[in-house]
Amino acid sequence: MNESETAATIAANRRRYEELKATGQGKDLPLPPPTARDAAPIAGVDVRLRDTIPSGWYWTGHIARGETLRLLNSAATPGVSFFAWNADDHSERYNAGDTVKVQWTAALGKGRVLFSDMGRVLASITEDSCAAHDALLGGSTAASNAEKHGTARHRRNTQENFVLAAGKHGLSRRDIAPCMTFFAPVATDTDGRFVWRDGQLQPGDFVDLRAEMNLIVAISNCPHPLAPSTTPAHAIELIVHRTAEAGADDLCRNATAEARRGFDNNARYFGESPAA
Amino acid sequence: MSNITLSSRDPARARYDHTIAPTRPWSQLIHRGEVLRIVDLEGQQAVDTLFYSAADHSERYSAQNTLRAQNAAYVTTGTRIMSNEDRVLATVIADSCGAHDTSAGACSCEANTVRFGHHTRYMHACRENFLVEVAKYGMDKRDIVGNINFFMNVPVESDGRLAIVDGVSAPGDYVEIRADMDVLCVISNCPQINNPCNGFNPTPVRVLIWED
Repeated sequence: MNESETAATIAANRRRYEELKATGQGKDLPLPPPTARDAAPIAGVDVRLRDTIPSGWYWTGHIARGETLRLLNSAATPGVSFFAWNADDHSERYNAGDTVKVQWTAALGKGRVLFSDMGRVLASITEDSCAAHDALLGGSTAASNAEKHGTARHRRNTQENFVLAAGKHGLSRRDIAPCMTFFAPVATDTDGRFVWRDGQLQPGDFVDLRAEMNLIVAISNCPHPLAPSTTPAHAIELIVHRTAEAGADDLCRNATAEARRGFDNNARYFGESPAA
Repeated sequence: MSNITLSSRDPARARYDHTIAPTRPWSQLIHRGEVLRIVDLEGQQAVDTLFYSAADHSERYSAQNTLRAQNAAYVTTGTRIMSNEDRVLATVIADSCGAHDTSAGACSCEANTVRFGHHTRYMHACRENFLVEVAKYGMDKRDIVGNINFFMNVPVESDGRLAIVDGVSAPGDYVEIRADMDVLCVISNCPQINNPCNGFNPTPVRVLIWED
């Protein structure tokens, strides 16, 4: 291409991008406020599984498409890390970069979705009383525990918990990528440094994750690396319950143009008609 | 940005000197103690970069461990490039630009359909480059993790909002990275033309390696 052709191509590409921005970003549905901690009760008849994860431990298991996983943080434990794979093809998995980039935000909460690396929606955040989660920094490691607590006593960490959870499904550290940590009020200051915001977590906070495909989920109940070492860590409860699949008027499906296109990709994957 | 650190290394002394064509992948083994320079020849060109331990490719770059180790959101001079085992793969020792993203990952055909619409499904993307390049070493899609985006500008606002804005790198801007163990470096010279990360016009980048 000569110089004027290159300039014309750049101008055309920029124009298409500006058009996309004008119709997409900023024109989204306003997201609802956080769920009240006493709202969204689960009917006993819908519950398929309840379990309690002791502090420091992990849980892994299958969540079927249309089921919802509730993480109930009864004692305001500071950070519960999450990773997930498509149960029918383990090479498809949670993608942190796509999740924050596609939705133009790292502040995930009620109405947002978690994307896989294949342009599909892995799970939707259908309820969330907390609205203070960390999508950028990840979970604890042996090194982060040593920095925080010293090495006198061994403490379990999220990196090893995820290796263990993956291992129970025949997967390995190759199958683990950046994760999401719920109940972790992390923000960035003006210098781009990460800070922990005290007072954001309350006993009884919960998050509901509706599986948008059959999932293998790994949950690690270890404190976030930025959580103050004085913050006590407690057990987490999980409740897997049956819920309706995302309908045409679903909050998470319609929150953004990007989410709608993600759900359309799910429909194509399942051989259903888009925007059903 | 206050993280500018310049380098006086002489290109004539480099053991390796190569220009990666626009939109193309690249990889090279870099020995412990060697220094890689990536030069954004024409400016505003994102360079998507991954590192693997040469001894065992299942030990690889971890964006989250890297951010946690420095407790800051951007990669620049002094950043220790950490592995999934929390070991130091490499260190950024010079940066004429000031801040590079490692939160937004690489573009893919599939994610492009979500970000920009289904008409972008058949446009070349970084994860296509990564997949072709890591396959040369027996790796596959499972081995592609969140990467560093050198020369890509993704400000993280205090409320968590992200924006992929025009690149800030000028023609000739560079970073230098010292390998702290033998590492395989894999690059996608980003082909994205649907947002400003490449100034809407992918351009070549130069890579040089010095023995010290």
